[in-house]
Amino acid sequence: MYGTRLRLLSIATPVALIGAFLLAAFYAPMAANEGISQKIIYVHVPLAIVTLCGFVFGAIMAIKHLRTRDPRYDLKSYVAIHMSLIFGTAALITGMIWAKAAWGVWWEWREATLVSFLIVFLLFCTYQPMRFSIEDPDRQARYASVFAITAGAFVPVNFLAVRLADAYIHPRVLTTSGSGLTPEMNVAFLAGIIAVALLFTLLWQFELTNKNTRFKLRALRRKLGDDEVAYGRSAAPRHFDAPEAAT
Amino acid sequence: MPTEAPPAVVLEKLVRRFGERVVLDEVTLSVPSGQTLVVFGPNGAGKSTLLRVLATLLRPHRGVVKLLGEALPDRAWAVRSRVGLLTHESLLYRDLSARENLRFHARLHGATDERVEELLDAVKLRVRAGDPVHTYSRGMVQRAAVCRAVLHDPEILLLDEPLSNLDPAATELVEPLIGRASGRTRIVTSHDPAGGLADGDLALGLRAGRQVLLRAAADVTVADIGELYR
Amino acid sequence: MSATQEPRTTTTRAAIGALLRKELLLERKVPQVIPAMGLFSITTFVIFHFGLDQRTVEGPLAAGVLSVTLLFAAMLGANRLFVSDKEEGGFDALLLAPVDRTSLFVAKVLSFLAFLVVLEIVMLPAFTVLLLGPGPSVGQFAQVVGMLALADLGIAIIGTLVGALSIQTRARDLILPLIALPLLVPVIICLSQGIAPLLAQEGASTLAGRWPAVLGLYDLIFGLLAFAVFDFLLDD
Repeated sequence: MYGTRLRLLSIATPVALIGAFLLAAFYAPMAANEGISQKIIYVHVPLAIVTLCGFVFGAIMAIKHLRTRDPRYDLKSYVAIHMSLIFGTAALITGMIWAKAAWGVWWEWREATLVSFLIVFLLFCTYQPMRFSIEDPDRQARYASVFAITAGAFVPVNFLAVRLADAYIHPRVLTTSGSGLTPEMNVAFLAGIIAVALLFTLLWQFELTNKNTRFKLRALRRKLGDDEVAYGRSAAPRHFDAPEAAT
Repeated sequence: MPTEAPPAVVLEKLVRRFGERVVLDEVTLSVPSGQTLVVFGPNGAGKSTLLRVLATLLRPHRGVVKLLGEALPDRAWAVRSRVGLLTHESLLYRDLSARENLRFHARLHGATDERVEELLDAVKLRVRAGDPVHTYSRGMVQRAAVCRAVLHDPEILLLDEPLSNLDPAATELVEPLIGRASGRTRIVTSHDPAGGLADGDLALGLRAGRQVLLRAAADVTVADIGELYR
Repeated sequence: MSATQEPRTTTTRAAIGALLRKELLLERKVPQVIPAMGLFSITTFVIFHFGLDQRTVEGPLAAGVLSVTLLFAAMLGANRLFVSDKEEGGFDALLLAPVDRTSLFVAKVLSFLAFLVVLEIVMLPAFTVLLLGPGPSVGQFAQVVGMLALADLGIAIIGTLVGALSIQTRARDLILPLIALPLLVPVIICLSQGIAPLLAQEGASTLAGRWPAVLGLYDLIFGLLAFAVFDFLLDD
C-alpha cells in the first residue's frame, strides 16, 4: 500500500487512538471498588484481542503461501506474527498491571483467558528462532508457514482446554468486571479495539512497504549488474521473485 | 515408418535458486533416449543440483523440465518409478544389512525380493549381504548403492561420480548395471575429462550455474574441459 | 515402453508397511529411543521424590507426576525420531519412491506410538512401586490406561510433526521441546485432570467424560491438520 491510502490510514489511526483514550478516560464509568487503575483494561483487552487476531491472520496468510507458493504471502505472514508478538508483550504487561489493580496479585492462574493467552504467546515466541535456524530461505518460508498454521489452529483448542480445566476445579471467581458490562463500557471497549486494530494495520503496512521497497531496490541493482545478494542468515524473508506460472 | 522416440530429457531455460542466489541459470538441453550426457564443472557449479532437479527431489523454479515426455513438477509422481539416482550419499541405513536395506527400497518401489538377490549376486555382495552396512568398505557400500539405484529398473539413470570408491574389478561389475552397456539414458557428472568424454555422447559444461559448453562429446577436447576449471 | 503406460506407483498401505517395518527393525537392532525414555522416566521419578519430598503421591499430585514424566520422556524420544533419516538419507529414499509422502507421517506416528506404549509398560509398574500411594482397582487402572492411550496418540502426532520440522533446523534438539510443549498443554490438562480422581486415596472416583472427549477431539483436529501439512515439510 502506497501513497494516498497509506496516508489516509496514517491520519485515521492517531485520531482513533486519541478518541478511544478519551472515551476510556472520561466516558466509561469508574469501577466501584477498583479505582482509576482499573481503566487499563481498556488498553489490555483490545491489545489481547488484536494480538490473537494477528496470529490467526498470520496463519491465514501462511495457508495462502503454501497453496500459491507466492513469497509475498510469507512476508505478510511473518510481519503479522512479528507485530502480534510485540502487541502481545504489551497485552501481557498491561494484563499483569490490571491483575495487580483488580485483585492485588501480579498473576492469577484461575483467570483462564490470561493463562491461555500466555501459552499461545510462548508458542509464537519460538517462531523467529525457528526461522532463524533454517538457512535455506525457501525452506524457511515453507516451514514457517507450517508452524503458523499449526499454531493458529492451536489458539481455539488451547482456549477451550484451559477454560475447561479452570471451570472444573474452581468456579469462575473472578470476572472481567464486578457487575457486568454497561453500554458506556461497551462503547469504550469497541473504540479501543478499533483503534488498536488500526494501529496494527498501519504498522503492518509500513513494515511491508519498507521490506518490499528494499527487495525491489536490490532486484533493480542486480539487473544493473551489481552482484548484490543478501548474505548471512536472517529470520525475515528477504527475496521476492514472484513465481512464474509453469509453461 | 517408425516414429522417432521423444527425447528422454528436455530442459528449457531451467532456473533453480537458493534464496536470491541463482544456482542453475537457464540451462537448456535435450538428451535423446539411450544416450549419455556427461556433465563437467568445478565444485559449486550446479552439477549436483541439476541431478536433484531431474530426480524430482527439487522443484524447478522457472523453465521447463520434461522427463520421458512428462513435465515436472506436476507429473513428477508419474515419472519417479522410471528414474534412478546415485549420489555421494548411499541412502542406506548403516545399522541395517545390505539385504535389509535393499528389501526396504524394493518394497517402496514395488520391486521383488528376487530382484534384490539377483542384484546382490551381480555385484558379488551375496556373501556379506547379511552384515550391517557400517562394516562395509567404501567400495562395498558403493556397490550396494548401485543396486539400490537400479532396483526398480529405471529408464533414466542419474549418476553423481558413480565410479569413485570403486576399484577396477568393481567397476567392471557395475558396468552392465549403470554403464553404457546398460542401454539406459544416463546423465553422469564427472571430474575426469578423458574418461568422461569417452563415456559420453553429449557433453555439458557448467560454471557458476551457467552452461558454457554443450556439444557432442566427440567434438570436445580435454583442453576445453580444463578451461571450465580456470 | 509405450508412452501411454500407466505410471507405476506403490500403494500407501504398502509404503506405510515398509516404513513401519524399517523403523521397528532399526530400533530392535540398535535400541536407542526406548531404553533412553525408560531410564529417563525412572530417574525422573527418583528426582520427583526428592524434589517434592514425598514418600508417596496420590490424587492430583500423582496424576501430575505421571503426566509430566511421560511428556518429558516423550520429548527425548521425539528428538531421536528423525535423526537417522536426516543423517543417512532416509528422506531422499522416500522422496525418490513413487509413494504418497504422507505415508511417512503415518508410519512415524505409529512407530512413535509403539515406542510410547513400550515405555509405559516400564513406566507404570515403576511408578506404582516407587511413588504411588493408593492401589487403584482393576477398573480404574483400565481407565488410566485408556486415558494414557489417548494422550499417547496426541503426543505421537505432535511429536512427529514438530520432530520433522525441527530436524531440518540447526538447533534441532533445543527447538523441539520449545515448540512441542506449549502445543501439548491441552494434553497435559486433560490427562492429569482426568486420571487424578482415579488415583485418589480415599473415595477414588471415576473418570469424568469430558476429559477423554476433549483429548479425543484434540487428537482428531491435530491429526487431520498434521496429515494435511506434513507434505509441505518434505517438498522442496
